[in-house]
Amino acid sequence: MPSAFKKALDSGKFVVTSEVAPSKGTNLEKMAHHVELLKDKVDAMNVTDHQSSVMRFPSLGGALLVKEKGGEPILQMTCRDRNRLALQADLMFAASRGINNVLCLTGDSVMLGDHKQAKAVFDLDSSQLVAAVRTMERGKDMAGNDLDGGVRFCAGAIVTPEANPIEPQLIKFEKKIEAGAEFIQTQAVYDIDNFKKFMDYARQFDVKILAGVILLTSAGMARFMNKNVAGVMVPQNLIDEMAAAPKGGALKKGIEITGRMIAQIKDEKICDGVHIMAIGKEEVVPDIMSAAGLL
Amino acid sequence: MIRSITQQKPMEEIEHLLEGMDRIFVIGCGTCTTLTRTGGVEQVAAMAEDLSARGKVITGTTVVPVACDNLTSDILSEFGARMNQADALLVMSCAYGVQTLASQLGQMVVPAQNTLFIGKENAAGQFNEICTQCGTCVIGETGGICPVTTCHKGLVNGPCGGTNNGKCEIDSNKDCAWTMIYNRLKELDRLDSMRTYKKPRNHLGEPSPGKFLIPEN
Repeated sequence: MPSAFKKALDSGKFVVTSEVAPSKGTNLEKMAHHVELLKDKVDAMNVTDHQSSVMRFPSLGGALLVKEKGGEPILQMTCRDRNRLALQADLMFAASRGINNVLCLTGDSVMLGDHKQAKAVFDLDSSQLVAAVRTMERGKDMAGNDLDGGVRFCAGAIVTPEANPIEPQLIKFEKKIEAGAEFIQTQAVYDIDNFKKFMDYARQFDVKILAGVILLTSAGMARFMNKNVAGVMVPQNLIDEMAAAPKGGALKKGIEITGRMIAQIKDEKICDGVHIMAIGKEEVVPDIMSAAGLL
Repeated sequence: MIRSITQQKPMEEIEHLLEGMDRIFVIGCGTCTTLTRTGGVEQVAAMAEDLSARGKVITGTTVVPVACDNLTSDILSEFGARMNQADALLVMSCAYGVQTLASQLGQMVVPAQNTLFIGKENAAGQFNEICTQCGTCVIGETGGICPVTTCHKGLVNGPCGGTNNGKCEIDSNKDCAWTMIYNRLKELDRLDSMRTYKKPRNHLGEPSPGKFLIPEN
């Protein structure tokens, strides 16, 4: 049975996903609240995996919570913390509990997180993890042994359309598709014209593309991302628009801008859907969707 | 030429390692730590002075030509008596030298350095790690640039999402290995090699600790 998310992707509708972050600790109330709020509004929820290498409740546990609450989870899996044995084991566990979507990521360096002296693993990379999923679907593990009971996943990966230089990213993007990625989520895009150029190229591949949109919460945040977040480029006109927002109105302006971008992407059929990243402000995702005319 | 690249431990750590040992013999190395200026004649003299100021008795100092060579008889004939008077030998070589000396001389050895990596001097005073001796060389497919070592994550299929303006996500001064590989392969008109999917690596080309015997004919 294909997952509900896979069905949504294949239906040709404009797909909307969002993100929920597991807690730092075992109190899952906040995450549970976000899941309740979003489960009936979005097609699926990504559960982040020690995002920015900051140790948190596991994405696998978070994905189970989404499932228990009746939502559709996309399990984020990075290659940073587990070797191929642990990754395959987690994939089997996920599949056994009805978690059938996975987003395969390389993962940030541990040096960027809160456990800087940890041993980084990177036994596999993101394209190899996608390939591992497909191997396991054929009833074999990566060593070629038979599995007693297999897995089935809608597997995806990431691309950064604003990367500089872009060519090495595109080569990796093609490898991820070749390895079996069915959907590709992008790093945040703000310059729609640039994104259209990327889509002109990406459309030759049989893969669904979800444009990543990150909610701007202030002009300062936009400048910070331009300076510090790889592959994210907020154009000056959007920074100016955020800066011109009335005092206390920056978040509202950010919601308006994000909604407007989503509406344009949808109306012009630029790609197959959007992945909304509200980073800590998940409660406003419905407002963004309303602003985009999706609710 | 490849060198063992070292960095002196903080003096607090050296003092801690020498706790309860009052009489110290200091040994430098005329090869790698001389080149990196962490254990040559000058640094050995400075260390002896510093330790004296911290209340240690220096029974002697020497800079051996190559600390990782077997030098037992040479060293012992010249410095054996002064070494015997010491509670510990403080060794300002890389860990190869420290371990070689430890295995040859029946005395407590204390390293003064952290051994960082086996590196190449790319410019005067600038050392880079370019090979981690993984045992499964991939550079035939990457234009002679090793991604296992040069990419912070050791990725073999292309860059991660953290690369920014051709630099690495952990250091905006460090070139992204995969940008370098891309540029090199493009120059060589061999980009197809980068487009080929690479299977997961064999991370145990030679199980650690490595061992090698010249095969008999």
